[in-house]
Amino acid sequence: MVYGVILAGGVGSRMGNAEKPKQYLQIGEKPIIIHTVEKMYVHPEIEKVLVLCPEQWVSYTKTLLKKYRLPTEEIAVLKGGSTRNGTIMNAISYIEEQGDLTDETIIVTHDSVRPFITHRIISENVLYARKYGACDTVIAATDTIVESLDGAVISDIPDRSKMYQGQTPQSFCAVKLKHLYESLSEEEKKILTDAAKIFAIKGEKVYLVQGEVSNIKITYPYDLRVAEALIKEDRK
Amino acid sequence: MLNAVYRLVAPRRFEVEFTEIELRNVIVRPTHLSICRADQRYYQGTRPAEVLAQKLPMALIHEGIGQVVYDETGEYQPGQRVVMIPNTPTEPDSVIAENYLRSSRFRASGFDGFMQDYVELGRDRLVCLPSDIDLRVAAFTELITVSVHAISRFDRIAHERRRKIGIWGDGNLGYITALLFHTMFPEVKLFIFGVDENKLADFAFAEETILVKDIPKDLEVDHAFECVGGNGAQMAIDQMIDHIAPEGTMSLLGVSENHVPINTRMVLEKGLRLFGSSRSGREDFQQTVSLFEKNRELVGNLQNLIGSVIEVGSISDMKEAFETDIRRAFGKTVMVWKN
Repeated sequence: MVYGVILAGGVGSRMGNAEKPKQYLQIGEKPIIIHTVEKMYVHPEIEKVLVLCPEQWVSYTKTLLKKYRLPTEEIAVLKGGSTRNGTIMNAISYIEEQGDLTDETIIVTHDSVRPFITHRIISENVLYARKYGACDTVIAATDTIVESLDGAVISDIPDRSKMYQGQTPQSFCAVKLKHLYESLSEEEKKILTDAAKIFAIKGEKVYLVQGEVSNIKITYPYDLRVAEALIKEDRK
Repeated sequence: MLNAVYRLVAPRRFEVEFTEIELRNVIVRPTHLSICRADQRYYQGTRPAEVLAQKLPMALIHEGIGQVVYDETGEYQPGQRVVMIPNTPTEPDSVIAENYLRSSRFRASGFDGFMQDYVELGRDRLVCLPSDIDLRVAAFTELITVSVHAISRFDRIAHERRRKIGIWGDGNLGYITALLFHTMFPEVKLFIFGVDENKLADFAFAEETILVKDIPKDLEVDHAFECVGGNGAQMAIDQMIDHIAPEGTMSLLGVSENHVPINTRMVLEKGLRLFGSSRSGREDFQQTVSLFEKNRELVGNLQNLIGSVIEVGSISDMKEAFETDIRRAFGKTVMVWKN
């Protein structure tokens, strides 16, 4: 079974004066999170969609799904965890409770604030996660990446040709991800910024899926304006 | 939903743009798209500059099939393979066919074509395909419906003497029209007129194939189809007028950017009926799919038209598919849509 897992845990602290978390802001005619849920929902290989959001936004999210006529029986809204990986583990626990957690279960985890995801990216995530157990969506870095250990001076400038920018989805064999996560020490868990790193620090391979420049993450007010600019008039 | 639309923004340049589509009607994921000469005229920029300025940016492709991913009523099941109908009427009319209504819109002609992540369609804008159809052939169903439409109109308009039919044009449209005519009227003798001996050799089902420079003076056909278009249309129409029997019908299918002079004196003297046919409507799609189901040999013969089959998963693949198609003299280029 393939689950689309939409991570909507952000509280919008970087989004200027916006009162709502950024995933609930509107672009085009709908809230960002609805665009993202619709993309996962219509994809033929995604069998069920889970939306994980802060506890205080669970009811609101369910109301939004109803408002935009999305079927709540195929889309579950759950409470997220305190960290990104804690949230993903909540999703896996839910899948286990449903009796769907088997070696074949794939989760396609995706930021709720990346509504420009394309069909191909989802398809390739499912394909690579099935084939290899883990994959991450990336684009080749265009800016030079600079490393600084103290935030004051450069400690290293890695070769740009080997650098990629991570996007989402990140997709995994759910059982494998769960086992690897449970084998981590608390110290190791603290340094994790995303789920792909769980595989990486355990020496497991994570395959690359080609992302798209347009698969932007709406983080800052500037990104909202970019997102609005990406939506063009329908030639009907 | 924010839908990725791959639009031609200038000749030879595709870019991704996003439109908002609603989860309503039927949503289809394109799977196999076929390139038409009309798409190439936009891609290569050979349409008049004012037409390009008015119509671009626009997603190309009006020949394509896909799989249903969403239907708000449940009439179509997810996964159902369908052919998409590019003509989109905006009003009913009990007399004029949907493809001739000036109010109708047509995909990839001022209205986004099928080069999209998902296509939202009215439920009468798709026809279910048989489960075992060759998808590469089904991709260019629309081109076949244009021939079916023209032949159906011929059947309504032409007088009943139909012993010999002439078809001018040895390209894709000529081949399809001849093949469909042979399928629908197997007893009629077909004479094919073309310029390329190799291509003419493919019309094995015809009574005779003749090079246009070698047409016997006394050869006469009861009715004729013009499938040439472009710069060759004038010569083809001249020859048709010369070699058609009185009161015959001349069915014009070839598209030309030129104004074509016609020998009206002989049209009058022979009492000929010239009628144009363009595009097709839902009934033609239904009839074509029904012919696919009943006649396996037809699909087998149409496989001869499959030229290149190219997987397309990026904008550079799209360019590659169109450039490959330019280099191809005969046959269709089918994009397996992985984008």
